[in-house]
Amino acid sequence: MSYGAFPSALSLALMLGAGLAQAQDANLGRNLAATCANCHGTNGHARGDMQPLAGVSAERLTALLAGYKSGAQTGTIMQQIAKGYTDEQIRLIAAHFAAQPARN
Amino acid sequence: MTSTFIHRRRLLGAGAALAATAVAGCASTASGPSIGRVVVVGGGYGGATAARYLKLWGGNVEVTLVERNTEFVSCPISNLVLGGYKQMAEITKSYGGLRAVGVKVRNGEVTAIDAAAKKLRLADGSELPYDRLVLSPGIDFMTDSIGGLAPALNSGRVLHAWKAGPQTVALNRQIEGMSDTGVFALFIPRAPYRCPPGPYERACVVASYLKANKPRAKLLVLDANPEITSKKGLFETAFKSYGTLLEYRANAELKELSGNVAKLEFEDVRAEVLNVIPPQRAGDLARRAGLLNMNDRWVGVNWLTMEATAAPGIHVLGDATFSAPGMPKSGHMANQHAKVAAAAIIQLLKGDPVNATPMVMNTCYSFVSGTDAMHVASVHQYDAVDKTFKTVPGSGGVSAASSLIEGRYALSWAQNIWADSLAL
Repeated sequence: MSYGAFPSALSLALMLGAGLAQAQDANLGRNLAATCANCHGTNGHARGDMQPLAGVSAERLTALLAGYKSGAQTGTIMQQIAKGYTDEQIRLIAAHFAAQPARN
Repeated sequence: MTSTFIHRRRLLGAGAALAATAVAGCASTASGPSIGRVVVVGGGYGGATAARYLKLWGGNVEVTLVERNTEFVSCPISNLVLGGYKQMAEITKSYGGLRAVGVKVRNGEVTAIDAAAKKLRLADGSELPYDRLVLSPGIDFMTDSIGGLAPALNSGRVLHAWKAGPQTVALNRQIEGMSDTGVFALFIPRAPYRCPPGPYERACVVASYLKANKPRAKLLVLDANPEITSKKGLFETAFKSYGTLLEYRANAELKELSGNVAKLEFEDVRAEVLNVIPPQRAGDLARRAGLLNMNDRWVGVNWLTMEATAAPGIHVLGDATFSAPGMPKSGHMANQHAKVAAAAIIQLLKGDPVNATPMVMNTCYSFVSGTDAMHVASVHQYDAVDKTFKTVPGSGGVSAASSLIEGRYALSWAQNIWADSLAL
């Protein structure tokens, strides 16, 4: 029996599955990031005392949110909100804001 | 309950003429042909945000917003106007931003919805055809259970100020006109109602004004609920800081109004200013459309698309909806509902699958004085099994204490949500 055929069939299935999921959720990062806009501005273009998120690197945002989530980073409210999002959701949110121009 | 408001038959026999107009109307200012026409009724936090995000995300979706008022007046921050800490001009915003991003803003009143023919009729007799309809009707009051309330509200003698606008201005005048030893009585309805912490914030802000300007006056907070319904511990602390000026009573449900006397179950209360926040239901527009299928009071919705369960194809947002567990009726939440709806509508118009895992979150800041505020926050994930939003375990919460910095954040929150909702 061909041992090698099994992993390649599996990887093909995985690729197809990933492809479908990606096609369906192409707007997931955008939609998730929109939950932040009430305070941080549309697409992260914040006003007033709020932290702008547009154009902030994905690494920095992910680290910040992970810090709020773990409690390492203190704040008035973000430590409560960050705990509502999975690590994967945070990754998608960070990628969306990183891709926005820093200025509106 | 069937409604005569939604006409299942055509309003006119002029289908052909309408179809021709519709085709001509399809020419879009964005590149490419229009993918569809969406009419949004109600330009509050829900409707304005829906219109804005349909344009932002949909590009060549034709969006018309129908709103009866010519300007947006914010309920959040309006309690500060009552206390004289903010002016009406600061909570009044233009629909010009929405116009600038391509939303057709129609000042008008909807008189009929023809769901079968997919068109609306306005009070001026004109008709608006649509492919998808969004209703963001807010709340209206149930005055029947309180004797004398309807005539007292109609005469303007008793104010609710639970829809920001002329009522806000009038209540501010009543407060400023109070005698030095006057009594201000604030009546809070049983939950659910619009803005759970709002009445308690109002109590604090009015108390703050009285403490500074009429320290011998008295504020009675008469709550129909068995306890403070939001940020309980924080509001108890705030109430204590006003000493004997502010008196809070639970289980104090208003039964009848007669002149300046309010009758509760076991006592009568006489006050110079009676501020009654009446019990609430979904706005009249939703009721007349026959959408109130939850306790004959609220609109049940499919949370993936925000379509009314009573009428698929009609999306309903905000306070009018029957809330998911732990979900407040707030402007912030209405804005979040609108984004779920906008994303879903664009997918539906394109024939693509809607987001199967939507998220919404809420933040409500409340002022405890003219300057200091505190928050409650929550995050809600759609649950595919129970087909509703559920708060994410371990997330959300309230402030450790009210503070000046959160007062600044509250005002920045307002600035950002106004810009986000109205494309300012």
